[in-house]
Amino acid sequence: MNFAAILPEIILTIGALVLMMVAAFMGRRASALCSWSAVALLLGAAMALLGEPQRAGALFGGLIAADGFGAFGKLLIYLCAAVAVVIAHNWFERDFEHAAEYPVLILLAVVGMSVMVSATNLMSLYVGLELNSLAAYVLASYRRTDERSAEAGLKYFVLGALASGILLYGISLLYGFTGTTQFDGVAAAFLRDGTGSIGLLFGLVFTLAGLAFKISAVPFHMWTPDVYEGAPTPVTAFFASAPKVAAMLLGVRVCLDALGPAIDAWRQIMTFAALASIFLGAVAAYGQTNIKRLLAYSSINNVGFALIGLVAGGVAGASSVLFYMAVYVVMTLGAFLCVLRMKNENGEPLEGIDSLSGLSQSRPGLAAALAVFMFSLAGIPPLFGFWPKLMVFNAAVAEGLYPLAVAGILGTVIGAFYYLKIIKVMYFDAPGAPYARGGSGLEGALIALAALVVSPLGYLLIGPLGQLTANAAGSLF
Amino acid sequence: MSGIPILSILVLLPLVAGIVALFQPASGARWNALITTLISLGLGIWLWATYDPNGAQWQFVENYAIGGGISWAMGIDGIALMLIMLTLFLMPICIGASWRAIEKRVPEYMAAFLLMQALMIGVFCAQDLLLFYIFFEGGLIPMYLIIGIWGGAERIKASYKFFLYTLAGSVLMLIAMLAMIYTAGTSSIPALMAYNFDPSLQWWLWLAFFASFAVKMPMWPVHTWLPDAHVQAPTAGSVILAGVLLKMGGYGFIRFSLPMFPEASAEFIPFVFVLSGIAVVVTSLIALVQHDMKKLIAYSSVAHMAFVTFGLFAFNRQGIEGALIVMLSHGLVSGALFMCVGVIYDRLHTREIARYGGLADNMPIYSLLFLLFTMASVGLPGTSGFVGEFLSLVGTYEVSSWAAVVATTGIILGAAYMLYLYWRVCYGKQVNADAAAMKDLSVRELWLLAPIAAAVLWMGIYPESFLKPMRADVGRLLERIERAKPAGDAHLTAGKPAPVQAHSTEAH
Repeated sequence: MNFAAILPEIILTIGALVLMMVAAFMGRRASALCSWSAVALLLGAAMALLGEPQRAGALFGGLIAADGFGAFGKLLIYLCAAVAVVIAHNWFERDFEHAAEYPVLILLAVVGMSVMVSATNLMSLYVGLELNSLAAYVLASYRRTDERSAEAGLKYFVLGALASGILLYGISLLYGFTGTTQFDGVAAAFLRDGTGSIGLLFGLVFTLAGLAFKISAVPFHMWTPDVYEGAPTPVTAFFASAPKVAAMLLGVRVCLDALGPAIDAWRQIMTFAALASIFLGAVAAYGQTNIKRLLAYSSINNVGFALIGLVAGGVAGASSVLFYMAVYVVMTLGAFLCVLRMKNENGEPLEGIDSLSGLSQSRPGLAAALAVFMFSLAGIPPLFGFWPKLMVFNAAVAEGLYPLAVAGILGTVIGAFYYLKIIKVMYFDAPGAPYARGGSGLEGALIALAALVVSPLGYLLIGPLGQLTANAAGSLF
Repeated sequence: MSGIPILSILVLLPLVAGIVALFQPASGARWNALITTLISLGLGIWLWATYDPNGAQWQFVENYAIGGGISWAMGIDGIALMLIMLTLFLMPICIGASWRAIEKRVPEYMAAFLLMQALMIGVFCAQDLLLFYIFFEGGLIPMYLIIGIWGGAERIKASYKFFLYTLAGSVLMLIAMLAMIYTAGTSSIPALMAYNFDPSLQWWLWLAFFASFAVKMPMWPVHTWLPDAHVQAPTAGSVILAGVLLKMGGYGFIRFSLPMFPEASAEFIPFVFVLSGIAVVVTSLIALVQHDMKKLIAYSSVAHMAFVTFGLFAFNRQGIEGALIVMLSHGLVSGALFMCVGVIYDRLHTREIARYGGLADNMPIYSLLFLLFTMASVGLPGTSGFVGEFLSLVGTYEVSSWAAVVATTGIILGAAYMLYLYWRVCYGKQVNADAAAMKDLSVRELWLLAPIAAAVLWMGIYPESFLKPMRADVGRLLERIERAKPAGDAHLTAGKPAPVQAHSTEAH
């Protein structure tokens, strides 16, 4: 039993349990204590990732693996979660009695995600996914007195349960036809039987459908806009970042590891999901008037691009997905941090895109930051959001998937339209009612840091980050 | 070469100045922008002075690897040098033209222009395919903001159209670039210029690059973004758009399409000639019926750019050198014409041609300069327009007489619409009292237009100054495309001179 190899998970689990007790006994007073402890735990877990045991390989009879791929995913997840805790602290503390329990739920979700990105067995995959999902359902309906939040939670739960059912059905088929739940065993069975077996093929399709729900790829994306809109904004920021990374990395590992020999079978499915996500994410965003819904469609759109890297497969493809997700979470967290600043004079949060009108004159700094995130999400050079898109297309071109690359890149043009709309509202329109000033300095610093990373200065990261993702992806093969 | 990374300085200086400008008050930002652009111009002149026309193909080379297959590779040849000079020359004039005309959000305006300058210089300096793309596409952002914030009434539609049109054209080029890097194993532009791609692959790559450059150029029928963007953009925005951004299309053809895909380029000559021929005739006719001055000049740009594509795809020295001179000349002349429109727009706030008339009476100096630029646009000998258009027509004639015939009608039609415009604005009776009351050029405006007038005459009288740095590079390009050079349709046969005696007996 190599417990050193799961040190981050141990830290987070014990920490979450202790904080739960603290929250239960101290109530609202513990809010600040719980939040900052949670941030410290997450950062501590991130530090623990650097240790040598984190490359120990298969653990616990092959249930999970400690490898570079998982470590990279966990690093991203921990950092995103830490940001999510920080931004929620100010948001909930003002008017909410259960603020202290929020960090606990985040920590539990993070433990689930840690298991997701390191799972090498279909059962541990499912357990991790459910632990994450259950915490997420509660988080979505966290302001239960708010009708929209309650609706979001319920919707997420019902559809999530359905997706879990589909995933489990797929897993049971794979288990039934291969006799094992180990990823390598499944891969061996595919190698032996090919995809001629209808049972295996069904298992593959259902498993991928369940995973597509979690990454909100079209056609399993319907929950995303509603949940993003209804959930409290810090929770939405969390949903858009950490669980996306976890689910995407899980998808990469399942596809390239367990289903690796069946690449021809899942490539068609993922090609469709990628292009459908890109185009639907771009087209459906046109009519949106709520910025959170718009960012929901933006996340669907971006998932589509990341899936192009997955379709390409191989080390280059996997590392492009990792790179994409790393930059994507910075852009999306930055955008949500800006959304958190959208408050009217009474401090009530605003979500309408029209309220951004003329922001460049009333709040030039905020407008510039949001503009940087929007151009970057659209993938317009010289902003750094261009580079991950380039990498996934590069992986696709290297595999000779020209039609996919051409179709995908045309999707960026359609998508650019609605990102431009935000810029237009902020820069071209006459100023509306100004937002309330203030907000925590830490959040401001985070916005500035995120904007700096996606600015052209981000290109200096290409070397180190590229090395990191290439090593992480290499550990899969 | 000296050890100073002069090209990086030219790119980074306006970038830094632009960021500083954002935090300055309006007058500080104006002076900052003017001084920065003048220093850049000074550096540019030093660059031109130290550039060795007979030296290595690539000079002032810098190369720092960034990682991930992209490097900060800079270097220029004579063609890039001339286009950089054009950019640096026009920039202070643009800032000067906006001195009074732009009153709202001045710091952001100056920052956008300085950013634009950095990106434009970057395009001409980049020696890495991906770096080129980043600069090439990056230019969309400041221009989108310039049109959208400081533009006219229809600015929002125009800014969207500009952005999405050019983006749609360019993205396919990115895929082609990735395919090239994958095939050739390098992203260095000089290396790729010497790499021989498989002709069947060239065909696709050429089309992808053409999609981008044709939109940027712009060629008929993908020119429709241009009139909107020009009309709505503020004066200085139009100058930069016509003066430099359109040149990126021609530069792209010279730098990428011709040397990297010679066979495909030769194969597509008829296609390019047909599109250019239509552009010359159709857009000239459209220009003839415009009521809006800026729109008229915008359409004339499309027609003039067709001379560039004619010349470039002629595959001979006259054609290519002519195309280059047309690019430089058009950059100066169309910029100056937009400034001329701006001068009277600032006074009367309309671009309607019918609202003016008889300006020669009350604005003699203005009318004189406007006449000079009109003549240069028409291609009067002695002005820059003549040199370029003549050379490019000579080149075209060697390849296809019919194409030359069609192209030459452009000169006639060009004279028609430009003189018609000039006649309506400057001659005739003064029917509009407010137009008749306008004051002549101010000292500032004179200082903006006079340098362009001098450059136009210089290029018309002694084009050698401008051709000299580019000659060796055109020679290298010709060497490269020689193997794909098409046979012209002019078959010269030696005549049989009659014997002298027969001649003399007949006379008696």
